[in-house]
Amino acid sequence: MFSKHREIFKFLSLVLVVLITPLLVHEGYLLNVLIFVGIHTILSLALNLLLGYAGQISLGQAGFFGLGAYISGILTTTHAINPWIAMLAAATIVTTLAFFVGFPILKLKGHYLAMATLGLGIIIYIVFNEAVDRTGGPSGLSGIPNLSIAGYTFNTDLKNYYLIWTFTLVAMGLSLNLVHSRIGRALRAIHDSEVAARVMGVNARVLKVQIFALSAGLSAIAGSLYAHTMTFIAPASFGFNFSVELVTMVIIGGLASIYGSLLGAALLTVLPEMLRAFQDYDIIVYGLLLVLMTMFMPGGLVKGIPELFTSIRARATRKVKTDA
Amino acid sequence: MLEVRNLTQRFGGITALEDISFNVTKGEITGVIGPNGAGKTTLFNIVTGIYAQTSGTVHLEGKDISALPAEMLAAKGLVRTFQNIELFGNMTVLENVMLGLHTQSRSGILSCMFKAPWHLKEERNIREIASEWLEFCDITDLADQKASNLPFGKGRMLEIARAMAVRPSIMLMDEPAAGLNNRETAELATLIRKIRDKGVTVVLVEHDMELVMDICDRIIVLNLGRKLAEGTPREIQENQAVISAYLGEG
Repeated sequence: MFSKHREIFKFLSLVLVVLITPLLVHEGYLLNVLIFVGIHTILSLALNLLLGYAGQISLGQAGFFGLGAYISGILTTTHAINPWIAMLAAATIVTTLAFFVGFPILKLKGHYLAMATLGLGIIIYIVFNEAVDRTGGPSGLSGIPNLSIAGYTFNTDLKNYYLIWTFTLVAMGLSLNLVHSRIGRALRAIHDSEVAARVMGVNARVLKVQIFALSAGLSAIAGSLYAHTMTFIAPASFGFNFSVELVTMVIIGGLASIYGSLLGAALLTVLPEMLRAFQDYDIIVYGLLLVLMTMFMPGGLVKGIPELFTSIRARATRKVKTDA
Repeated sequence: MLEVRNLTQRFGGITALEDISFNVTKGEITGVIGPNGAGKTTLFNIVTGIYAQTSGTVHLEGKDISALPAEMLAAKGLVRTFQNIELFGNMTVLENVMLGLHTQSRSGILSCMFKAPWHLKEERNIREIASEWLEFCDITDLADQKASNLPFGKGRMLEIARAMAVRPSIMLMDEPAAGLNNRETAELATLIRKIRDKGVTVVLVEHDMELVMDICDRIIVLNLGRKLAEGTPREIQENQAVISAYLGEG
């Protein structure tokens, strides 16, 4: 049972941390890392709704992220459309696309679903590379305008930090509402026992497709934010590796946990920066991390850390008792 | 109430059910018995839309429900429980029952995300009704427990509370007494009668003969996929074919 007041307190504390962090972090490089933490949080949140709550894997999330970025990028550069409208268009197009693709794909289960979404992600990636006239191909698309509100342009790291984190916090708040509602219950029910959920009248097939579409749409918004913040996009950011990285974020942070998505995204964004020295070996560190996590903290950081503390405390009290 | 007509089910070359027909009368408790492998669970899986039958029809209150998938049946008033209780283990006891009210609530993804006022009202309403069903099954004190932490007997009660929350007109119970001790079985018998008194028609598959003879108004006997006999508990107890089917197996 989740206590309402504690939940609100937790969320407000997070808002506070987000607000004051830039006062402590002045360096542009660090702010940039934090901007990525925000974008990655939205992405792992989107995947967690699907993977953690509904129990359906997607290895094509980077594709939806990229679609959002490219739709926004192309509409604003080639067609000179307002970035906000481009973002809305990106979210709408990707959500609709995922909805229709979702019906046949989500009939599949387990490995087959993983393969199908992987294929989808790869097809999208190939389009980014090959549709050179529109996307600029492997060399990317540049000159994407920043977002702006009534003449106020988000053109510095600090402004972008607040812009991205506003979106991140709103996405987290809405997701928290969703998972504590009848829809959230239905999703968790499908995860625990699909047959029982169906017998209770949950239309598992349609609900899975809806969440898949929501997840894709949210990823597209993250993509659009990414495009307008970086002002340059290239296919390399939206490949299969990044989809796997997103799955790793969700698992390391904690399946079926909104705050876990934040933790996972933060860890997997900051860690590579620290592992720069190891260069190409960082993939080994990821692999090791994933193996160790599934072995020792299957609930992810968000459940694993409190458990660790309780067991340390339990050991400490036992020691005190034996000492006495 | 529930009419099964000429139901046949084949899995590859194996005939699990052959030409089964029977009626369930409204307001009664009907038992389906038979030796292992008689086809009882298969029958349940077809009626509740989990399997599609090879041939034959199922009617609920005069309407053909043969082709409806499982998720459509709850709204029609048909619900079931499972032999190996199927709870939502990661949810609390109360949340499990709240899920039983899924078809009686309407809020979509967006109104849930934005906490629309009607959604909040609906949520309060669901919570209240769910608590009443916990009370009905006498598990109110467990409301905040995680369902996977419940002992088996309480899990069974929770499964029934959740099924009742659907507000069914008919409930199919697959071996509800399996895994229960004597005291729990006695409580179950009382609860099943209480369910019938609420106006819910009950059909149960059961191996516990004492329970079946005690609470059932009518009994249907299956053997090797065919209907062997049908009648009141007394008639079944005296039926020679039934006796030899059971003794023959032992």
